[in-house]
Amino acid sequence: MRLYLLKRLLLTLPVLIGASVLVFLFIHLIPGDPVEVMLGESASAADRAALRHQLHLDEPLSVQFGLFFSGLATGKLESIFYHEPVSRKVFARLGATFELALAAMALACLFAIPLGIVAALRRGRWADSLSTGFALLGVSIPNFWLGPMLILVFSLKLEWLPVSGRGGLFHLALPALTLGLAMAALLSRMTRASLLEALSEPHLTAARARGLSEPRVILKHALRNAGVPILTIIGLQFGALLSGAIITETIFAWPGLGRLLIEAIQTRDFPLVQGSVLAIALTYVMVNLITDLLYTAVDPRVRLEGRA
Amino acid sequence: MSRAGLILGALVALLLVATALLAPALAPYSPKQQALCDGLHGPSAQHWLGQDKHGRDVLSRLIYGARVSAIVGLATVTISALIGILVGSLSGYFGGALDQLFMRVVDVLQAFPGILLAIALAAVLGPSLENVILALSILGWVGYARLVRGQVLVEREKDYVQAARALGASPGRIVLRHLLVNVSAPVIVQATFGMAAAILAEASLSFLGLGAQNLPSWGAMLNEGQSFLRTAPYLSIFPGLAVLVTVLGFNFLGDGLRDLYLTPRSRA
Repeated sequence: MRLYLLKRLLLTLPVLIGASVLVFLFIHLIPGDPVEVMLGESASAADRAALRHQLHLDEPLSVQFGLFFSGLATGKLESIFYHEPVSRKVFARLGATFELALAAMALACLFAIPLGIVAALRRGRWADSLSTGFALLGVSIPNFWLGPMLILVFSLKLEWLPVSGRGGLFHLALPALTLGLAMAALLSRMTRASLLEALSEPHLTAARARGLSEPRVILKHALRNAGVPILTIIGLQFGALLSGAIITETIFAWPGLGRLLIEAIQTRDFPLVQGSVLAIALTYVMVNLITDLLYTAVDPRVRLEGRA
Repeated sequence: MSRAGLILGALVALLLVATALLAPALAPYSPKQQALCDGLHGPSAQHWLGQDKHGRDVLSRLIYGARVSAIVGLATVTISALIGILVGSLSGYFGGALDQLFMRVVDVLQAFPGILLAIALAAVLGPSLENVILALSILGWVGYARLVRGQVLVEREKDYVQAARALGASPGRIVLRHLLVNVSAPVIVQATFGMAAAILAEASLSFLGLGAQNLPSWGAMLNEGQSFLRTAPYLSIFPGLAVLVTVLGFNFLGDGLRDLYLTPRSRA
């Protein structure tokens, strides 16, 4: 297990470095002068030179590369707009994004897992069709439409919930619902498929033959086996929620990392864009790594197959 | 269900392409024609879906918006599939260092969640239709490359490839004439889902102000509509429905094609 953990961590390292290099190269992808993009065509030559110097764009690429990484590592990479270290801005917003993503995940699990179980146990009946319809609709509804529609109904018409901002549970409800719907759709399908597969396993027939009651067979044997893929999809989707949060946070003015990225883009604060993108990408990689390790811990077959 | 879904999805796809092609004939007004005195007028006999804050006809803008969606969807899928097929087939057929290099690039690109990289790229490249296509294609080829590589790895060991090799066929001929024909079905299915994803991503970028400028796009219409949610909710409802129906249609089509092309083979 320790060897597998080490191997998995080592495999993540090149991906993390590659992602960082790609984020560094963003600023060099612009056809033309990035300083002109940031300041506009009307900026004076002195202002341009000052910004170019501040961003170290007057240095050779290799030096810029080193400065970018040392800036990241020491927390000295500075936002142009806020005149604050990028790391400080990013960490200040990380909590709000995690709060939103966790709430979306909790909502999705609470709704989707029971729906998936009912769909599997009532295969081919109306509950199953309802679950299929919900899943297709859930993955197709754009969150940038669902959010405004929820605001329209629950905030503007019924006046039950606040339109935007971060506060208590009431503030969290609509953004979490907007963000969690697509995950709920996928999770309900995965729960249904995993449970159907688990229900067809021979050891369940054996359990029934031993005289175990049907609820006990389902709860104790089938669900336990179905749990591993469900856990995986929850972990992987949690990573996906982080990118979905960019739009959700914009709609609901939720002060998270996604909102910070959009603000940085609007103010053309490229170091902050780089920092925010990297923070989201790194969190995504780490969440996927943790999911992978949890998966291995829960299902020993994975590491045995890996060894073979 | 899947046969009905396939037909429904095909109809939606046809409707999108026909609307995009025939937009000038179908739209009752020019999408840019302003009537500032009639700004934010709701649906009426003259303007079925109402007018936006500049008095522009929402229906006409929705019809022209289909053009942006169709162009971005088709261009992104074509460019992504071509690059992905090239990289995937080279990687799968030749293996070795080339395969390792390509797959590490794929790993890095897949380390970025969903639309994040597209947002970042569109932000640095600047908002335009071409840049949206470029940003989505830079990400899009990865899925095709992984798919084609996997398929080629399986197919290259089969007898017909060995026979072609024994007959002296060049690697290029084997890949082009034999392997690609046999991996085309999953690529077509992936391309159909890719259309849905590209249309959704374009609308997301436009919603964030990073899409095509001065062109009526469904995402940009939704963005504008959000400011008038209380007074003119129709500005948000209709463009969102257009995105929803289109994406749902392509997902139905993808599901149907997958069942039609791929499931019988896997059953066999």
